[in-house]
Amino acid sequence: MSDTSLTTLPPGASARKRINGIDVFMWALRCAVAAIAIFGAVATLLQGRYSLAQWFDFAMFGLTLGSVYALIALGYTMVYGVLRMINFAHGDITMTGAFAGYFVASGVSRNGLLATHPVLAIVAIFAVAMATCIAVALATERFAYRPFRNSPGQAPLICAIGVSFVLEQTVRGMFGSGVKSYPLTTWHDAVINVAGLRVPVVNLFVMGCAISAMVILYLIVHRTRMGMAMRAVSEDKAAAALMGVDVDRVVVFAFALGGAMAGVASVCYALIYQQVHFFMGFAPGIKAFGAAVLGGIGSIPGAMIGGMFLGLIEAVGPALFLDGLGITAPYQLRDAIGFLVLLMVLIFRPQGLFGEAMAKKRA
Amino acid sequence: MSMRQDDGKTPSLQLRRGLTAGAAAALIAIYLSSVGLIAMMNARPVIANALTLAQMTLLTIVFLAGALSQRPSPQDRTPAFWTAPLAGAVAGLLVAGFAGVILSVNLRPVFIALVPPLARLLTFGQSGVDGTAILVAGSALVASAGAFYQRLPDKVRRLLFPAALSVLLCGMFQEFIQVILQSNALFRWLAPWFYGWDGLTATGALIVFAVALAAAALPLVYRKPAGAGDVSSWRRFVPALFILLLLLLVPIAGGPYIAQVFLLIGLYVLMGMGLNLELGLAGLLDLGFVAFFATGAYITAILTADSPLALAHYTAIPSLSFWLAMPIAVLGAVLMGILFGIPVLGVKGDYLAVATLGLGEIVRIVVQSDAAAPLLGGAQGILQIPKPQVGGFQFGSAVSLFYLTLAAALFAAYCAWRLERSRLGRAWIALREDEDVAQAMGINLVQSKLLAYAFGAAFAGLAGSIFAVMVNSVFPSSFQLLMSINVLALIVVGGLGSLSGVVLGALVLIGLPEALREFGEFRYLFYGLALILTMRLMPEGLLPASRRRRRLVSPIAVGGSTPVARP
Repeated sequence: MSDTSLTTLPPGASARKRINGIDVFMWALRCAVAAIAIFGAVATLLQGRYSLAQWFDFAMFGLTLGSVYALIALGYTMVYGVLRMINFAHGDITMTGAFAGYFVASGVSRNGLLATHPVLAIVAIFAVAMATCIAVALATERFAYRPFRNSPGQAPLICAIGVSFVLEQTVRGMFGSGVKSYPLTTWHDAVINVAGLRVPVVNLFVMGCAISAMVILYLIVHRTRMGMAMRAVSEDKAAAALMGVDVDRVVVFAFALGGAMAGVASVCYALIYQQVHFFMGFAPGIKAFGAAVLGGIGSIPGAMIGGMFLGLIEAVGPALFLDGLGITAPYQLRDAIGFLVLLMVLIFRPQGLFGEAMAKKRA
Repeated sequence: MSMRQDDGKTPSLQLRRGLTAGAAAALIAIYLSSVGLIAMMNARPVIANALTLAQMTLLTIVFLAGALSQRPSPQDRTPAFWTAPLAGAVAGLLVAGFAGVILSVNLRPVFIALVPPLARLLTFGQSGVDGTAILVAGSALVASAGAFYQRLPDKVRRLLFPAALSVLLCGMFQEFIQVILQSNALFRWLAPWFYGWDGLTATGALIVFAVALAAAALPLVYRKPAGAGDVSSWRRFVPALFILLLLLLVPIAGGPYIAQVFLLIGLYVLMGMGLNLELGLAGLLDLGFVAFFATGAYITAILTADSPLALAHYTAIPSLSFWLAMPIAVLGAVLMGILFGIPVLGVKGDYLAVATLGLGEIVRIVVQSDAAAPLLGGAQGILQIPKPQVGGFQFGSAVSLFYLTLAAALFAAYCAWRLERSRLGRAWIALREDEDVAQAMGINLVQSKLLAYAFGAAFAGLAGSIFAVMVNSVFPSSFQLLMSINVLALIVVGGLGSLSGVVLGALVLIGLPEALREFGEFRYLFYGLALILTMRLMPEGLLPASRRRRRLVSPIAVGGSTPVARP
């Protein structure tokens, strides 16, 4: 919890004492998950129930979803980097952007702008969604998180859970609890043929948006002074402050950047599922947090790769791992696979796939 | 220093204060209107034909703005009185403007709550230039009243506040109080004094106010000499005893609906005490707590139900009675707790919260899926769970089940109380304060953590078992993550680690939304706000645990300027 406990080893790296029952249990757990995955995959592939084109579809969808997870994960990772707290409400901040985008989209589709000037309309949708997310993220930071900046323990997290509820219920109260369907664009069902494989344009568009947003973010974080300050704060807050970095401004900047990414993610997510709902932010939020941890929390490239990986596992997983084991309706277990990945990462590799130093610092 | 204070009294600072307070009040009113709360509150009268809850809320917001504008701040020790009417006028003007916008622009397609009747409600039926002037003046007056209240001596405020609160409660809950009064010949003659057929009368409100004022004044008259050490120790039990008495008597008097509400409160108290062991004592923030509750409910279901999914149907195990199934359900939940706890033993702090959340969600998704449907019924659940029976008596009614729950909760409270003072309890507290130090002091981390999960799970399993017989069926959709968060909210609001806090938290967070039925859909907004506000304003909760209270008085924490809760 606190940064002082450097002595505690992460559970994976148990260079301590003899093997006890707990270790055996943990190894059994690992082996069981691995065995299910391997047997399931082998069985599925041997049965040959899915064609190559279907696998390609799964993977394509997975990468599309993954790029959205990656965008959301960036918000977690940056805030965690500077504040060492989980912004539990980040998924719901994303949801507010999706609603803002929805109202703009239904507006422009009603008045015909979407048909006549599609680029302008889409830019407007993204801009409004991003602005909304940034505004909500900054308000959250100012009123709910800043008072807890230096308080230890679980107070900030409990407060963040409260914020998450307030955001969901505010949207529900203001805009209603029904599922709203996103207006379709003309190119929504369009498909491009690439070497005999069908690639939906929406998927390409979403991936394109996500990747360009991430590139811009990477440049901001690595090429600007503010980005440098942010990296400095996430290395060592006190030292950065002594070097003249205004920590408050950096925190606000991190929330704003995270909000902007959430705004892009929200529109992309709504484009994929073509609907918005007040509870839509919760599950992707939690999973994206898992993605951020998977990539090593605090690491920006890590969040991107973690998100992609999680999306891929979730899309391919039910078919690949569970179908072969004869489980009925494996798609109902899709979210469970996502959560299982999250859990395995938190338990066995809290430092993530790439991080080592970060994990030690927080352990 | 004195120079700066004089600077603070400049009109510009006072002006800003008034403007900010007014704008904040207006924003809160606009927010409450936009989410639809104000319109809904209007349906509930506080004083019949005179004051609805919505009007009361709006007036309270302005009143508070006036009061808060008078609170001394570091820059400004003695705020000027005129900031209050200014704040009130600004709030009135902004709200009137908002109402004007609602009337002139059709916001309905986006904001579903912003309809013309709301605008009339916000402006108290006033309109036009004159109406706006009346509104602004009235609002300034109310804010001035707030400022006046703020300037009253502390003693007087301590009398007025409970009196006003009593009027509010007697008005809001008039239907229940009327039922209770009517059900008993002893009280029936009282009813006409307070209530008309449509709610609290103005005379009734005055009487309640006066009686509450007198009751609040009593302790001032018969005050024990200050500094008597024993006073605080027995005083701690007074609220607990009072609540217990309330719990014992109200369900009989109040009829089946109130009994049902109290039954639900009892179940949440059970769960709250369980999570309190995990979070309040051992510091393990468990968001997958609902899984234990579900385990208890499902085990009870498959052991006792008269359904094809019951074990008796396809194995040699006979169909058990509730009394045999309940202990097995509790044991099953304990096992679940340990199985749940082992993987996350090494996960700490915030990560633990997310990991347990993931575990709980996995359990729910698996139970809900068709894959597990042959065993657990999938989304259709398990039906036809019989009610418990003793001899010829069946625990069929909510009232009888409530007393069963109460007995279980008392037993659980006794266990929790003993546990807290045991070696294990102290080990948990040490664990919460600093895991590494606790380990260095010889505390077995694995054992004490697993025991925390096991005991927490036992309480939740017991609650789940009773829940299953209460609703006669179990469905996976009853075991959402939201339930874990409900339990978390009630123990945080009540005060982490405090047993009486759990009861109070459950009464406020579970009982209030159930009693105000029409607000059911807003309960999660209420929970979210309760979590944030509790953490910000009173991190120790409504009834702080004694151990924490000691800390508040003499903070041993180093480095922090203000003592903060470290749950």
